[in-house]
Amino acid sequence: MASLMSKPRDAQTIPVSFIVNGKSYELELEPHELLLDVIRDRLGLTGVKRSCDVEVCGACTLLLDGRPVSSCTLPAFEARGKEVQTIEGLAQNGKLHPLQQSFIEHGGFQCGFCTSGMILTAKAMLKEIPNPSEEQIKHFMHGNICRCTGYKKIVESILAAAKTMRAPSAAARKS
Amino acid sequence: MLRRFRLEEPESIGQASELLARHGESARIYAGGTELLLVMKEGLAHYERLVNVKKIPNLDQIKQGNGAIFLGALTTHRELAASPILRQHLPAFAEMEGNVANVRVREVGTIGGNLCFGEPHADPGTLLLALGAKVTAAKAAGRREIALEKFFTGAYENCLEEDELLTEIRVPLLPAHSAAAYLKFGYLERPSVGVALFLALDGAKKTVADARAAVGCVGPTARRIEAVESMLRGKSLEEAARLLGEAGSAAGRAADAISDLHGSKEYKEHIVGVLLKRAFERAAQQCR
Repeated sequence: MASLMSKPRDAQTIPVSFIVNGKSYELELEPHELLLDVIRDRLGLTGVKRSCDVEVCGACTLLLDGRPVSSCTLPAFEARGKEVQTIEGLAQNGKLHPLQQSFIEHGGFQCGFCTSGMILTAKAMLKEIPNPSEEQIKHFMHGNICRCTGYKKIVESILAAAKTMRAPSAAARKS
Repeated sequence: MLRRFRLEEPESIGQASELLARHGESARIYAGGTELLLVMKEGLAHYERLVNVKKIPNLDQIKQGNGAIFLGALTTHRELAASPILRQHLPAFAEMEGNVANVRVREVGTIGGNLCFGEPHADPGTLLLALGAKVTAAKAAGRREIALEKFFTGAYENCLEEDELLTEIRVPLLPAHSAAAYLKFGYLERPSVGVALFLALDGAKKTVADARAAVGCVGPTARRIEAVESMLRGKSLEEAARLLGEAGSAAGRAADAISDLHGSKEYKEHIVGVLLKRAFERAAQQCR
């Protein structure tokens, strides 16, 4: 949106260096440019979705230094010096992340619009709580809304992924 | 869509205060932005300048000393929920913070911003009133402490002067045999009713030595409900429990509830009574 509007000659710009999915970027951004728009329109990473636009639904979730944020309401300059993770950065060498694999195997999505936000939020949770109870999953994921699944399959997908990620073989692969 | 604005990034309270004085109504303090940017995106408010206060050092600390816990205004809801100091000394506060909005808002939103924005449908102010909290307002020329009851002056309004910043919240440590509880109810994104109760028992743990009650979300601002406090003070726990029905009705009437999307005035008053009873049971159990 911002790029479509005419830009006054004296518009303020801020140098923003940040890392997205392991790759460094240096951009000159205006203060009002939102992280969601920069990631989608400037970097072309469209896995992140605009939906409610008021920090309620979680479809625009990105990880900023590993923590979930609503990119629809976060100015992009807030990512200065930080690392952004999007759904596009999860698969490694053509191999899906255990959460992505688990959502496929357990039917954790239907239309898929909420899924990138669901998976990134779940990733942040599993870093903090590697062995979550169903209650802990529901509490942490409370702000991610899905209109298709009724959530049961999402909880099952996360529980299964957590188990995979805790397995000794997964730990060995990581190191 | 967010309209264009200029960003100022002061590195001291004095610089921030001077910017606010110079630009007046055309500038606003920006911290987490979880509330402010929503109204700006909607076009309900526009500011030519946002003054980002997050580069001012030492406003994001949680410290203990002099019989109180000091919360830096820039502490996020997540930091408050996870704070070992708060979990040990003010568990009801840490628990409340862990249930503010959702995980993304808790990550970015700050306690100072939450109080200053003055959204009526919010949790922290209500519990902080019951805990007897005070806030520090600072500007280039000095600082003053304000009781939270005086700070909230209306929906989205507070008593800060144009060039003042809220820098710290002081929450007294709980005395012996005391506890606090916060309960909320709602079916929309934001809470519809919030009730907080602080209860202190005497040495024998049989009589209510002190009580502070507060109700939030139902009216323009969170407020103390002194009618309930005086009803409970000096009563035995059994007597106080018997009076709760009456106290709940009094709290409902005194809460200044309004009818809106969250429910009718009468409905909210009823819920206030129900939550007050449960808050009493929870706090009384934890005092023992």
